[in-house]
Amino acid sequence: MKTCLVVDDSGIVRKIARRIVEEMNFQVIEADDGSKALEICKQAFPDAILLDWNMPVMDGFEFICALRRMPGGDAPKVVFCTTENGMDHIARALEAGADEYIMKPFDKDIVADKFREVGLVEAVA
Amino acid sequence: MTPDYEYLRKLLRDQSGLDLSTDKQYLIESRLLPLARKAGLPGIGDLVQKMKGGSNALIAQVVEAMTTNETFFFRDKIPFEHFRDTIMPEMLKSRAARKSLRIWCAAGSTGQEPYSLAICLKEMSATLAGWRIEILATDLSQEVLEKSKAGIYSQFEVQRGLPIQMLVKYFKQIGELWQINPDIRAMVAHRQLNLLHDFGQLGSFDVVFCRNVLIYFDQETKASIFGRLARSMESDGFLVLGAAETVVGLTEAFKPIADRRGLYRPNEARVAARPTAPAALPKLAMAAGG
Repeated sequence: MKTCLVVDDSGIVRKIARRIVEEMNFQVIEADDGSKALEICKQAFPDAILLDWNMPVMDGFEFICALRRMPGGDAPKVVFCTTENGMDHIARALEAGADEYIMKPFDKDIVADKFREVGLVEAVA
Repeated sequence: MTPDYEYLRKLLRDQSGLDLSTDKQYLIESRLLPLARKAGLPGIGDLVQKMKGGSNALIAQVVEAMTTNETFFFRDKIPFEHFRDTIMPEMLKSRAARKSLRIWCAAGSTGQEPYSLAICLKEMSATLAGWRIEILATDLSQEVLEKSKAGIYSQFEVQRGLPIQMLVKYFKQIGELWQINPDIRAMVAHRQLNLLHDFGQLGSFDVVFCRNVLIYFDQETKASIFGRLARSMESDGFLVLGAAETVVGLTEAFKPIADRRGLYRPNEARVAARPTAPAALPKLAMAAGG
């Protein structure tokens, strides 16, 4: 089973995201900020990371920069999922090594589309 | 079946060829209730009364609302892979002398399909220098054509099927909305068209996308449209149908291509004498290269 790390400071968003990603047959791990997510990644890299931008302690942008510097840190597929919906933020995220970008509000179809886009789930034949 | 439903079913059949089977009844509520409310009417029954009273504007709106499809960028992915990996390589060879190509999106809807094709062409523009490529998008509904022309989409719409890299590359943000760039918009021409009527005047096409529209028609209408489509296509052209659609058992005018689901070619032996194709419509021309 593939693993997905859901990083968001909102418990409600984590709960919604968990339900969506579990339905897609992922095992879900949660973290409520970037530094906790980084600790989890030091133990073992997940296959996917659904990443909020604005969080206390360490935000999503700092997290992805740190992750991509780790040995093997280029492996997880990182999909931002944030209310930061401006082109400038999207461009920064992509430059920092994000694979996809979801602008909140999101739903099951968008998450499924984006996960397919980066090869985390197979395209419907 | 209620008399209101019967009335709407007959009207849609006469006006657009849409065959509303009993299991599609839910579409009436979901699509016409918002329209009724917009017109200040409490429900479907009142809407039907007003239509019977001879409100042509309202009838047109009802037909539009019922025939508008859900659509995404790069919907179903596979047809666009076929376009890039099968259709275009072959066209690059077979049209190498004339360096021109005519593509028709026969149910262009709100533009996601024709613009997805335009983006595909833009991505391969290095191999298309000097080519004249026309993309014609037609639709029954003037309202969706206007939306297509504007090329403005909600945040929700640009997140379905469109990779984020493509959003960054080919769109500009306008407040909460996203508009496709002018160079991509300029690659697509728009025209209102009812597939039930003659479309011979559009000339001859090399590639026709006709996805997820024929499912709404009855067998006889489908067969008639396939026959006319075949006569509006080059004999070595390609027809692309929707994932749930086929020509099998409906027409001899097209034959499927092995291992390329949804892709068909005119069946030369079966295509009746082709009318001489008129010259390309001048306004539709544009350069894809560069």
